[in-house]
Amino acid sequence: MKGPEADAGGPAAVNIRSLTVRKGKKEVLHGIDLKLRPGSITGLFGPSGCGKTTLMRSIVGVQKIHSGTITVLGAQPGAKALRSEVGYVTQAAAVYRDLTLEQNVRYFARLYGAGAERVRETIEAAGLTEQTEQKVQSMSGGQASRASLACALVADPKFLVLDEPTVGLDPVTREELWGHFRGVAERGTTILVSSHVMDEAGHCDRLVLMRHGVILQDTDPAELLEATGTSTYDQAFLSVITEGVAA
Amino acid sequence: MNPRTFGASALRIIQQLTTDRRTLGLILAVPLVLVTLLYYVYRDVPVPPGGQDPFPRIALIMLGILPMLVMFAVTSVAMLRERTSGTLERLWTTPLHRADLVGGYALAFAGMAVLQSLLLSAVTYWFLGVTTEGSAGWVVLVAALSSTVGIAFGLLASAFARTEFQAVQFMPVFISPQIFLCGLLVDTDLMPDVLQWLSEFMPMTYAVDALMQIRDSASMGSDFTGDALMLAAMALGALLLAALTMPRSTR
Repeated sequence: MKGPEADAGGPAAVNIRSLTVRKGKKEVLHGIDLKLRPGSITGLFGPSGCGKTTLMRSIVGVQKIHSGTITVLGAQPGAKALRSEVGYVTQAAAVYRDLTLEQNVRYFARLYGAGAERVRETIEAAGLTEQTEQKVQSMSGGQASRASLACALVADPKFLVLDEPTVGLDPVTREELWGHFRGVAERGTTILVSSHVMDEAGHCDRLVLMRHGVILQDTDPAELLEATGTSTYDQAFLSVITEGVAA
Repeated sequence: MNPRTFGASALRIIQQLTTDRRTLGLILAVPLVLVTLLYYVYRDVPVPPGGQDPFPRIALIMLGILPMLVMFAVTSVAMLRERTSGTLERLWTTPLHRADLVGGYALAFAGMAVLQSLLLSAVTYWFLGVTTEGSAGWVVLVAALSSTVGIAFGLLASAFARTEFQAVQFMPVFISPQIFLCGLLVDTDLMPDVLQWLSEFMPMTYAVDALMQIRDSASMGSDFTGDALMLAAMALGALLLAALTMPRSTR
């Protein structure tokens, strides 16, 4: 595993500076600074409602921001040039449940301009070859998550944003999914993945802990455990919260 | 507009439509059943000497009303489902342009609308004994245009609904005033000026006017062309507005 300083000199895949976002009159993100290293998996952790989804929506360009700057692969979020480069997998498996897996993946492939061969490869890589003709509504939760992921991966994105992809799934399926994410990252894709299950922190290269719209810590798994002197990520997170941002 | 993403979206929506056999059946069968029902409602009504059998006129007008009504309901719910399921937000992160999506919906549903109009016209002419001076082809055209207006306004209405329940409530709002003012109940010339003026903003008025011309004359003049163009323009206008109600990024 690469250390945090491995390519500190290289350009970041994503660079966020003093980002604030308001929804209505309420400010939900208060000055976020964040850099994502190319080819790494960054985990975004924090309790429900802490602003994870808003941050992710800002990065993919579907959330209007109030101030600050975001650069994704050298461009503005949502820029035309990025639309084939950035994959976004929303919280609920946002696929057409009344269509088959293949119809779904093929639709997104056509939008991205990917060919039929790429559709087959992506379904195979997602381990869903047997479900090719199956409707998403009749799939298990884990299969539906992977189906949603496949619709983003078919574009062969350089940057992948996954919003709580493992929520509500059993531990075995979660492990499988994380294995899948690692495989994708090893092929050079930068991944930002959110979760509120702290146990999953160990799968990430980098950890970002959020609460109430601010980043409490930007660290890596080993460092977090060491700095907090705890043995589980749950305890570590609680300890970061009680010690405050200064930790 | 991009032909690739536009075509892909139309194809995907057609796939969804054909998967849902029940909706498909409802779209095609409901107008037929309703017109046939009307036939029996009027069948035994005595026609006064020198008077006119009211059914053919009403049946013809229904060819303008029913397609608009059915397609409005189906399209508004279909588009709302896209908005609420999260797929719409996801689509905005892909190269898809919003005009391609709105166009895709319009094309897929308009295909259905033409099929619906053909069936409805066939039943009305062949089984219910309705005749017109003008060709039945014109009737199919007006019915198809009328349903396209329904599609366009259905897409637009979905922007103002949060739930499918609300979307369905827009149907009486959009359809009822048009049924009252379009000339079905009272000839538009006999209505108070304000209502006449209002009826000129309603697409159904033009559909009914066009259908009445097909009934009465063998060749279609500039009035008919004007009605047809007006319907097309209103459909296009609603589609453009619908595209504008779908910003890629939201607050």
